[in-house]
Amino acid sequence: MQSTTLVLLIGLMAVSAFYLGRGRSLACVGGPGKGQALHSLPGYYGYFVAIWCVLPALAVLLLWVMIEPRVVVALVVDSLPASYESYSAGELDLLLNNIQNLASGDVVSVDVDAVLSGAAELFNAHIARSRQLLAVLCLGIAVLGGALAWRRINPELRVRNSVESVIRWFLIAASSIAIFTTIGIVLSVLFEALRFFQKVPISEFLFGTSWSPQTAIRADQVGSSGSFGAVPLFTGTMLITSIAMVVAVPVGLMTAIYLAEYSSTRVRGIAKPLLEVLAGIPTVVYGFFAALTVAPWVRNAGESAGISVASESALAAGLVMGIMIIPLVSSLADDAINAVPSAMRDGALGLGSTRSETMTKVILPAALPGIVGGILLAVSRAIGETMIVVMAAGLSANLTANPFEAVTTVTVQIVTLLVGDQEFDSAKTLAAFALGLMLFVVTLILNVIGLGVVRKYREEYD
Amino acid sequence: MSKEMTTRERVEAGLGRRRRKETMFRTVGVLATGVGIMFLGVFFATLLAKGSSAFVQTFVQLDVVLDAETIAPGGELDLAYADFEGLVRSSLRKEFPGVSGRTERRELYRLVSTGASYQLRDMVADDPTLIGTTQSLWVPAASNVDMLLKGNIDAAVDESLRPLSDAQIEWIQALQDSGRVETRFNLALFTNGDSRDPELAGIKGAMMGSFYMLLVTIALSFPIGVAAAIYLEEFAPRNRWSDLIEVNINNLAAVPSIVFGLLGLAVFINYLGLPRSAPLVGGLVLTLLTLPVIIIASRAAIKAVPPSIREAALGLGASQMQVVFHHVLPLAMPGMLTGAIIGMSRALGESAPLLMIGMVAFIVDVPGGFTDPATALPVQIYLWADSPERAFAERTSAAIIVLLGFLLLMNLAAVIIRRRMERKW
Repeated sequence: MQSTTLVLLIGLMAVSAFYLGRGRSLACVGGPGKGQALHSLPGYYGYFVAIWCVLPALAVLLLWVMIEPRVVVALVVDSLPASYESYSAGELDLLLNNIQNLASGDVVSVDVDAVLSGAAELFNAHIARSRQLLAVLCLGIAVLGGALAWRRINPELRVRNSVESVIRWFLIAASSIAIFTTIGIVLSVLFEALRFFQKVPISEFLFGTSWSPQTAIRADQVGSSGSFGAVPLFTGTMLITSIAMVVAVPVGLMTAIYLAEYSSTRVRGIAKPLLEVLAGIPTVVYGFFAALTVAPWVRNAGESAGISVASESALAAGLVMGIMIIPLVSSLADDAINAVPSAMRDGALGLGSTRSETMTKVILPAALPGIVGGILLAVSRAIGETMIVVMAAGLSANLTANPFEAVTTVTVQIVTLLVGDQEFDSAKTLAAFALGLMLFVVTLILNVIGLGVVRKYREEYD
Repeated sequence: MSKEMTTRERVEAGLGRRRRKETMFRTVGVLATGVGIMFLGVFFATLLAKGSSAFVQTFVQLDVVLDAETIAPGGELDLAYADFEGLVRSSLRKEFPGVSGRTERRELYRLVSTGASYQLRDMVADDPTLIGTTQSLWVPAASNVDMLLKGNIDAAVDESLRPLSDAQIEWIQALQDSGRVETRFNLALFTNGDSRDPELAGIKGAMMGSFYMLLVTIALSFPIGVAAAIYLEEFAPRNRWSDLIEVNINNLAAVPSIVFGLLGLAVFINYLGLPRSAPLVGGLVLTLLTLPVIIIASRAAIKAVPPSIREAALGLGASQMQVVFHHVLPLAMPGMLTGAIIGMSRALGESAPLLMIGMVAFIVDVPGGFTDPATALPVQIYLWADSPERAFAERTSAAIIVLLGFLLLMNLAAVIIRRRMERKW
């Protein structure tokens, strides 16, 4: 039986369990009119039975599905002739892969012999048996659980409390997923990064100035020893981020000031949604625009000014990234400006200062912490931005501060190292996780400071 | 400045300078606001200029003799081995009997797309009685022909600098003169999967991939997000644990999306052994990515429900759980739905994490389920943007227009829900 049909069947059983439970609770007190003699509403008795029917069965199903492949593979390996015992782990993996492909009717990479087809048949037989067993077990547990709960029903049973506590645990579990996500990110990135640092010393990674991530296939290969000094990536990321900030911070800030202080309601009503559209455009679209429109334009402009500009210059990527970040900066700055109490604004205006004087001498200094926090968040966003730089920035690690040259960034290297087939024991693949760790740590620090400043500042004026 | 100046005089003396500053400041503000909006204008203008032509496509009319001897030798039709390409070629030769020589003929064959023979095959497969007849049908032209007629290849430049030879351009001219060239709506763009040939490449595979992915995402992230928001707003005690969750959610919303891709690669694919390139894994990663957005929006919606509603329900004897599920949740639902749609539109536009979990493969087949290899619409855009063919640039823009169209629809739906259903208290 397919596990989807099994889940559907369990669902069906849950529905009938609900009605059975509800019916029994009413029968206990003698008919639908006597509901008030029950501790809880009749529906809660239904939920109670349904929960006991479904939850244990689903738990078994989940556990089974997780364990099944390992057990079946172990059984198949045991059944192989003795000659296969000398196989290395890699060869065995390949063999198992072929057996599984043969079992599911896919293409097999070697000639099919009796051993292989026998193993595949055994594999299929085990899977079929396991599925039968699972179906029987699950349905049995569902019936058993439901029946036990059904028998326990009596008017004094406080089912609402138990149903509500199940719901409460579900709510708690749902809210904990955020924490598990963070833990998952940290662990997955950290473990692979540690494996990387066993191959490449951490000092070389952090302070080395040469980045050429290759691992040798043959020992005598030219340039076989890859070098993993990530400094050029960090400087490249910083270069593009600073170009983006040079564009986004003044423009975003002035936009926020204009929209908050000067513009009429009508202009604001048009300009704000338009800026939100800018924020909603997918980054891959910005990347396309950067690579195909802005980069050639920057190069032509540079050429006519007599500067040689690389076709994947940091300038083009940075400019477009800056435009992408304008809405973020302007909305955070807008929040900060609006949080300044209007008494301060009115006071300054009442003393005869012009609007610009009020803004630059009173409101901006008061809003500064909020604005700085917002800028930190924007920097974190720029550092982590991937698609624009993947499409518009270069691949070669170049240690330079010249915006007209091509540089590469941390995110670009993560993508190039991980797209395509990977083997999880080569330094090349693991390097991507080390870079991911750096990226996560740096953006985390920026976010924590930025969010903290923004929130604290908001509370101060509330 | 003399001591006799009164305060008033001194203020008036500086007034001109201050007013000039004020005007300057204001102008800078206008300019800054203009920069963003101007970019938006330039952006949409170039997009439409580049992409709109991809919605039409050049077709060539051919009279194909469905010769029984060529495709069904001995009266037996084997679709896998039948030489439909030969039929297309012979019909081209018949159209231009003057063309001889291997190189010339090969150039001639390059005028129509390789899709022509597939089209013939499908026709014969549908109706085997057509064998032996002569059919006049419209087949897609090769992408270079399409580009020439759309004006993207300049016939005036030197022959060595353009992908079409002089002879080919003459033939196209001849076909045009005899009314055998037509531009039609490019249906293939919406019904085909990806292809190496631009004239056959479509976004259906990518759209289906995105669809399955969003299905997984919404099915998981909406219930979980709403549940988490309910717990944090209505039940969570103010302690370290709930503070930790709160800080975590805010941080996750700002973690670079590519890091979620690393998580998906390490946990879902490497550790749990889920298939690569599958919409299921993509959906799981996007769930984790959109959860913070949905939680934050749902919490705001719950916060907006006035406490008097809760107090009234509690006063009538409802339990805390009943208050939430019978009263607060229905009232907060419009805000939650809006948040969910905005989260989904973010998920639809996301591509960086999908690159990590193998959804960048070249996949021709349209995925039919959650575990079939698939790609997503934004990733398709990325793949096409990297292709060197001129015709793919046009299709990339068209795919972007489609993607932005979907995003616009979703945001419109969010606005409508907010307008229609939201209450003011």
